[in-house]
Formats: sequence, C-alpha cells, structure tokens
Amino acid sequence: MIVLSYFNDLYGTFFATRSRTINTVFVTVISLLALFAVPTLANEYWLQAILIPFLVFALAALGLNLLTGFAGQLSLGTGGFMAVGAYAAFKMTTAWPEMDIIAIFFISGFFAAGVGILFGLPSLRIKGFYLAVATLAAQFFLIWLFNRVPWFYNDNPSGTITAPPRTFAGVMVTGPEAAAEVRYLVALVLLAVFVFFSWNLMRSRFGRAWMAVRDMDVAAEIVGIPLLRTKLLAFGVSSYLCGVAGALFVFLYLGSAETIAFDVNVSFLVLFMIIVGGLGSIAGSIIGAAFITILPIFLTNLNPILGIDLAVDIAKHIEVIIFGGLIIVILILEPHGIARLIAITRERLRI
Amino acid sequence: MEFLWDFFVAPFLDMIEYPTFLGEVAISGLLTGVMYSLVALGFVLIFKASQVFNFAQGAMVLFAALTLVGLMEHGVPVWGALPVTAIVMVALAFAIERGMLRPLINQPPITLFMATIGLSFLLEGAGEWVWGSNVKALDLGIPSSPVDVAGMLLNEFDMIAALVAAVLVAALALLFQHTPMGRALRAVADDPQAALSLGISLRTIWIIVWSVAGIVAIVAGIMWGAKSGVQFSLSLIALKALPVLILGGLTSVPGAIVGGLIIGLGEKVAEVYWGPVIGGAIENWFAYMLAMLVLMFRPQGLFGEKIIERV
Repeated sequence: MIVLSYFNDLYGTFFATRSRTINTVFVTVISLLALFAVPTLANEYWLQAILIPFLVFALAALGLNLLTGFAGQLSLGTGGFMAVGAYAAFKMTTAWPEMDIIAIFFISGFFAAGVGILFGLPSLRIKGFYLAVATLAAQFFLIWLFNRVPWFYNDNPSGTITAPPRTFAGVMVTGPEAAAEVRYLVALVLLAVFVFFSWNLMRSRFGRAWMAVRDMDVAAEIVGIPLLRTKLLAFGVSSYLCGVAGALFVFLYLGSAETIAFDVNVSFLVLFMIIVGGLGSIAGSIIGAAFITILPIFLTNLNPILGIDLAVDIAKHIEVIIFGGLIIVILILEPHGIARLIAITRERLRI
Repeated sequence: MEFLWDFFVAPFLDMIEYPTFLGEVAISGLLTGVMYSLVALGFVLIFKASQVFNFAQGAMVLFAALTLVGLMEHGVPVWGALPVTAIVMVALAFAIERGMLRPLINQPPITLFMATIGLSFLLEGAGEWVWGSNVKALDLGIPSSPVDVAGMLLNEFDMIAALVAAVLVAALALLFQHTPMGRALRAVADDPQAALSLGISLRTIWIIVWSVAGIVAIVAGIMWGAKSGVQFSLSLIALKALPVLILGGLTSVPGAIVGGLIIGLGEKVAEVYWGPVIGGAIENWFAYMLAMLVLMFRPQGLFGEKIIERV
C-alpha cells in the first residue's frame, strides 16, 4: 500500500488533478480489479487474445514513449529492439534451462539496451525525421540478422523461436502448458514494476534532462546537460523496456514466433499507441495500447453485432479504412492524445 | 582470413576482371535508382511546401495505380483512364487539404506525420475495397527484353522508365522555375509567413502540391505497376524511397534524383558483389545503412538546407 500511495502521488502529476483521494481510490480499485477480479472473471479468450497482448504492447509503448515523448527522439526501430529482447531471452533460456525465467526477462532487456545505444549514437548529429528514418536502419538490419544467422534460432529448420516450458517458483509460466491466468499476472506485475520505475525516473535528474533535451537540445546543452550521455541513456532505457516487451511478446503471448512478428508494422503500431494515447504521458502509453489493441477486435465484431453480412475481404478493407480514419480524427480532435482528453474532462467535471 | 579475403579483396578483383559485367550491374542499378527517385520526388514536393513528411506517398502510388488499372479492366481505354485517374488524384488533394491539413494547421510535424500514416491506411483500404485486392497486370506494351548497348545487356523497360523520369523532372523544374505558380510555391517553401503576408494563399498552394504529388504518384504507379504488377506491395516502395529521401535531403528535388541514383547503384553493386559473402537479401537494409553513414557527415542530407540552430 505504500507503493500504491506513492504510485498515486506520481499519477496525480501526470493527470491534471483536483483530488488526490479520488486518484487513490481509482488506482487502488483498478489495481485490485486487475490483480484479483480479472483473472477469475475473464475467460481464456479474453486473457489470451486481448489482455495479454495489451499488457505487452503497453510495456513497449511505455518504452517508446520514454524515448519519443519524453526525450524527443523519434524512433521507428521499436520492432527491431523488441526482437533483440525476444531472441536474447530465447538464447539464454535454451542455453541455461535451469535459469529463472523472470530473471531472463529482466536480463534480456539489457541486450536490447546495448543495441539501442549503438543505434542511438547517430542521434547526436541526426535529428527529427532524418533520425526517424535512420532508426529504420536498425529495424531492417536487426530483422535481417535474426533471419540470416541460424545461431539465433538454434539452427531450427523452421526458423522459428519457441518458448520452452519454464517455471517460476514452481508455477509454469511459459510454454504450451502455462495457464493464461499465470501469464496474464506475470505480464501485469512486470508492467506495473516498469510503470512505477518510469514514473520515478521522469521525476529524477535524468527524466528532467530528457525533457530539457526534447524541448530544445541546444539550450539544454548550454545549461550543462551532457547531450550525448542523455540521449544515449534515453535510447538505452527505452530499448530495455522494448526488449523486455519483446521477450514477453514471444514467451507469454505468441508462444513461438518468426522475425515477421517484429516487422516494421509493429514499430508503427507502437508509435500509433503513444500518439493516440498521448506523447509524453506514461498513463497515455497504457491507454493508447488499450485503444489500439482493442479497436481491431471491436471492428471485427462490429458487423455481426449490427447484423451486417459482409464478405471477409471487404470487411477487412473497411476495417483498415476505419482504423486509418480514426487515427486522423483523433489527431484532429486532440493532438495530445486520449490522456489529455481525460485530463480535460476531469478538469471540467472537477473530479 | 578467408572471409576477410572474400569481403575486402575478391569483389574488387572481380570488378577489374570483368568490367563489362560491372558496367551492366552499375547501369541497371542506376536505372532502378531512377525508379526510387520517382517515388521520392512526391515526398520532396510536399515536404518543401508544407513541411509535412508524407508517409502516404507510397499509398498514393498504389491508389493511383489501382484506379488506373481498375478503370482499364472495366473497359476504359488508356487515354480515357489516365485523365480520370488524374482527376481522382486532384480530388484527393482537395479532400486531404480540407479534411486533414486544414484542421491540423500549426500542429507539430510529428502529428502531421502520424496523420499521413493514418491516411496511408485509409488509401490502401479504400483502393483495395473499390478495385479488389488481387494482383493486376499493367501492360504498357513496352518490352522488357534485354538490349545490347555498347556490349552491355540492358533492360529496355528500365531505360524507358529512366527517360520518363527525366521528362518528369524537367517538367517539374520548368514548373518551379518559370511559372508564377512555381514562384509562389518556392516562396511558401522559403518562408510560409512572409508568403502569406504577400497574399499567397497557403491553402491553394497545398492543394497544388498535393495534386502535383498525386500526378507524380500516377507516373510512379504506372512504371512500378508495369514492372512488378499492381498489388498491395506497391505501397511498400515508400520504405524504399525513405533512404533516398534523407540521403538527398528532404527539401531538394535534385537531391531526390541523386539520392535515388546513389542508392540504386550502391544497392545493386553491394547485392551482386557482397551479398553472397554475408548471406544475401541485403537490399532491405543496405540503403538505410548507406543513408545513415552519409548523414553522419552531412546531417541534412547531400542537398538539404543546412540546419542552423539558435537559442
């Protein structure tokens, strides 16, 4: 509960707020529901198809938001960094099967962080859209590398990596026999840990330095912020979170994956999440991930609900159209994302 | 040792030993590069005039090609389908200005960039919904047979594509340099506020550049469609054009051409001589690495405007 009250204190700074009591109640209720009510109430389909990918993508979106929303470095390499985490976790757990799987998740992030720092090096000279396109180099190169070098997938002839059955404290966490509830809880707790970490980080010296660099990097340098170190730290921390998300993506959600699971569309999807949710807002990353994960499922189920009978391919095209259109509409309505919309609503309602 | 030899020595020995083959590789690379430039041109036009990084250019190419081929499949002859497609692209420019650019005026560039990604979904979905998602052939009657030029075998189609691109660039240069509209476009590119105060309508300019980019997309769509069939993957050539764009500089039309030539040449030579050594299929990332290396030395690209920062 100490954690929760602190959680809430930080929460208040990100949502323009009137009442702390309401925040405390809100966060406590959500946390309790997510921890106890959801695993017992939600069925297998909800957990596996909606909630687990949502939690994984929320973590990736959080990682990208630290880099793009807080440190101002536009990156399109998210998918590549997630792949590094996934393949690192796979290599480690197959090389040392007795190693704790949760520890592996945490360690795999460091590999992604290293790669992220490497590809973050150009950011000192390259800026804006030039940098965004340069990060695509990371995306395409990493995917190519994992495809081409059989060592990364243990010379498996199918070229896929598969999550082997691993336990944590005697409970099956990964592999085909792991219960959806367990995987959900692992993803939830990890996400909560990193959200807590990020909230603190943003209020620390490093977080402030990132925001200064984002707002005007030349000015930040003049007041004494070391640009290279600050930007590289942002790339490192961001890629760490994306790497852990990548490992969770394969181990908790997909079960087995090829490199195509991390292609450039994933990078764009995560970017969508933070834009729709709110750039520079930690809560926004999670809201955006929820929105973008649930939207396609909602759209797919919309026709049967409305009783319209469409051919599958036409329904798919219309889904894509609505998805693209909604992105534009949301950007027009509120360029700062859903997080800002909620903050404004709360301000109006005085809660 | 063997790898180092294969990597650093053998390719160059090959090049010296068979100069004709090197010539063939180089020229076919340059010709492919021209095709990349065609797509990159549309990006540059829009970025210059409105500071919008238009990710939807690839989708516009697909949309234009789908519309053209779709009309032709319904029995409309080419000379009828072309103007109709052009009208569709101009109408699209009007719709984009009204529905997307105007409401998002004065928003940060990243917001507009995201909006164009949304737009690319919209166009891909709409194009495939209306015209179907099966692969369509676009037959222009140009043979793709190899022709013997000075002892080198070159693809006739690629040469015609290069010619078309050259004509297009010349036309654009004339438009920009010698017409009142071109001067207005350049004024807006230089300083939007000053241009606005001189009575140049930003909205009109935006509609014009998006229309011109739409026309460029038709040309690119025809050439790429004739080369590899009109299908969804056509919109992915946007990803091919991005390194060209940043290599040449986001704001430079000559940059888009030179960038395309460099990327086309580099990619082809690297694929042929170094591809087998490091496992092949390097064309996906090679262009990006090349562009990134150049950017390390010239952060604004080869021909981009120098970025001056003041506090």
